[in-house]
Amino acid sequence: MSDTIIYAMYDDDDKVVNAAKKLVKEGVHVNEVFSPMPIHGIDDVIGVRHTRLGIAAFLYGLTGLMLATLGMKYFMIDDWPMNIGGKPNFSYLENLPAFIPITFEFTVLCAAHGMSITYLLRNKTLPGMPAQNPDPRTTDDRFVMEIRQSENGQFSSDQLHAMIQSTDIVEIDEKQTK
Amino acid sequence: MSAVKEADIREPLILGDKTYHQITEDVCRPIENPAPRGWYILLTISGIIALYGIGCITYLIGEGIGTWGLKNYVDWAWDITNFVWWVGIGHAGTLISAVLLLFRQKWRMAVNRSAEAMTIFAVIMAAIFPGIHMGRIWVSYWVLPLPNQFGSLWVNFNSPLLWDVFAISTYFSVSLVFWYIGLIPDFATIRDRLTKPLPKKIYGIMSFGWSGRAKHWNRFEIVSLVLAGIATPLVFSVHSIVSFDFATSVIPGWHTTIFPPYFVAGAVFSGFAMVQTLMLIVRKVMRLEAYIHVKHIEYMNIVIMVTGSLVGIAYLTELFMAWYSGVEYESYAFLNRATGPLSWSYWVMMTCNVISPQLMWVKKWRRNLMFTFIMSIVVNIGMWFERFVIIVTSLHRGHLPATWTDFYPTWVDVGVFIGTIGIFSVLYLLYARFFPVLAISEVKTILKSSGENYKGDFGAGKGYYTHHEEDHHEEVVVEHKEEVIEEPKIEKVEESTEDLSESQVEENRQNLLSRIGEGSAENADDLKLISGVGPVLEKTLNSIGIFTFEQVSKMTKTEYDLLDSITKSFPGRAERDDWASQAKQLMNNK
Repeated sequence: MSDTIIYAMYDDDDKVVNAAKKLVKEGVHVNEVFSPMPIHGIDDVIGVRHTRLGIAAFLYGLTGLMLATLGMKYFMIDDWPMNIGGKPNFSYLENLPAFIPITFEFTVLCAAHGMSITYLLRNKTLPGMPAQNPDPRTTDDRFVMEIRQSENGQFSSDQLHAMIQSTDIVEIDEKQTK
Repeated sequence: MSAVKEADIREPLILGDKTYHQITEDVCRPIENPAPRGWYILLTISGIIALYGIGCITYLIGEGIGTWGLKNYVDWAWDITNFVWWVGIGHAGTLISAVLLLFRQKWRMAVNRSAEAMTIFAVIMAAIFPGIHMGRIWVSYWVLPLPNQFGSLWVNFNSPLLWDVFAISTYFSVSLVFWYIGLIPDFATIRDRLTKPLPKKIYGIMSFGWSGRAKHWNRFEIVSLVLAGIATPLVFSVHSIVSFDFATSVIPGWHTTIFPPYFVAGAVFSGFAMVQTLMLIVRKVMRLEAYIHVKHIEYMNIVIMVTGSLVGIAYLTELFMAWYSGVEYESYAFLNRATGPLSWSYWVMMTCNVISPQLMWVKKWRRNLMFTFIMSIVVNIGMWFERFVIIVTSLHRGHLPATWTDFYPTWVDVGVFIGTIGIFSVLYLLYARFFPVLAISEVKTILKSSGENYKGDFGAGKGYYTHHEEDHHEEVVVEHKEEVIEEPKIEKVEESTEDLSESQVEENRQNLLSRIGEGSAENADDLKLISGVGPVLEKTLNSIGIFTFEQVSKMTKTEYDLLDSITKSFPGRAERDDWASQAKQLMNNK
């Protein structure tokens, strides 16, 4: 699909947020913002939905909790009940206090790693992946807004350029995709 | 918005007139420049010590743990002392990055990366000791509940030693992941700055293709927050569980319920002391004094003071309980600690851990770097002796007087311990050389709220947005517009830019080129390297006939004005960004 992508570059996080607010108000769809650091407040402006990774972490934690419980019940109660110092393992519930530490650790282990792996996969940030920032300076001190012509059909290219030029911009660039 | 104004009475966390770009420069400089000779000297010394340690470990594994000074009844000594000492040191990193993140302490940004690295390396050192203490390290996987062919032989989930296996491995792997996720954006910064292909490729792989998209940052923040949330109880659980190794036994001096909080406080105490030792060196050698300054050191000293006082109260409580409980074994254990053959180690511990943190009440002292450095080493010595006292003095005078004995370390004991310090130093030196020691992206987020330039006179940083409170925003925009309108007045070219006819443009072009010289497309330089020139502007410049740095470097005010009259875009930009001197520098670097 052929498309024109406009990259508008700013040199300050406040400037990029104000510019995005202004453009969005005028009806422009801002596709993406590349920045060297998290910009608080940009998500709502350009319509990035809040991540659900927190919920995912909770579910991974729950999985860990269940695995630890089932595992220890099987090892210590069903498969090979031990009798330690005349205190035999009769039931899981009676031995629960001794199982708390590992249950906790395993819950944390699964939640942390599950969430981290999901995070990397969802971001598509994996070892050897190519960098996709439009300009190398966006990881230093430049903030780049990506605006696609195809998503802003109501405006002509010149109109878009004029609107972007009216914000507090330092550079502008255009790219054609095939 | 991002620049939430902080109270003026709070000391700034970033000193000097820093911009985002300077933060990047300051942190990346040691990575991009050749290492100083001191680094090679330190690496060599640490490497030799590390090799000696590895030799001792190899000898130990070959001969068996009889080469240690362990004997009947004193069956834990230096090995477990070192293990607990290293695990304790490994507590500060995740505490700084997790607990202080939840409390929104901004000063953690300056130290979290290095503290976490310290944590990871310290936990690796700690893990060596139970590993080699097993004697047969090649079957160390038996600590995991793996299906096996020995019948239904499972590890004992009731045992604190197994809890420790789970606690330490969870702590290590979660800390590692937490650390690495924070490193990814900073590796991307380094990747985008490097020009040599091989290092660029390596940092490219390590940065996982991070591009800094808004959605990714959104996820990044939540992942950091949730990891901090679940790592916080983890920090406290790890040393609690280490203390259970002792507290669930029936040895006098160990069998106390105060152990978990007492161990956790002691771990934070020693961990922060080690962070101080390392950070004081790192800030000096890597010239990061603007980011890690006296205020950061003072904050950490206050943590040391509080946790040191907690440890002191725990010592006194133990003494009181030994008397108040009326258990004569317990009473004797403490009497023996204070007056027995190893009493010297007890008093070293008391001096280093109870008295020394109290000196931090004096503001002048806790803000003194030399004093802090000496104290941080004193505390680490004290905390090593604490573990030694707890372990050895309790074991060498047991319930049966017939088993009473003395403990002397052998050269293998000493060699393995010194060796782990060597291995730790090697790892830390390599880290400091190749990794960003400051969390670049995180430090940038606090520049506007805690930077000295922004606190003093909002946005004294050159070329930066003069950011006042939101209410004043409209004025700011107007001010800026005025600036732009005013500029053409200064221009020497009399005609306003719109009125220039094509022939005049062509005339100006010829005029400009005669002043700076003709260029050709064949030997064109990458003009995009000049800050302020993007691909579109480069094309414009090329169409005018400007191709090389040499041409740009000859530009002065007159040429800038001519250029502006031709391009009609971004008036004043070239002058503001000082293209000429940038180009001169780029020419020299060619």
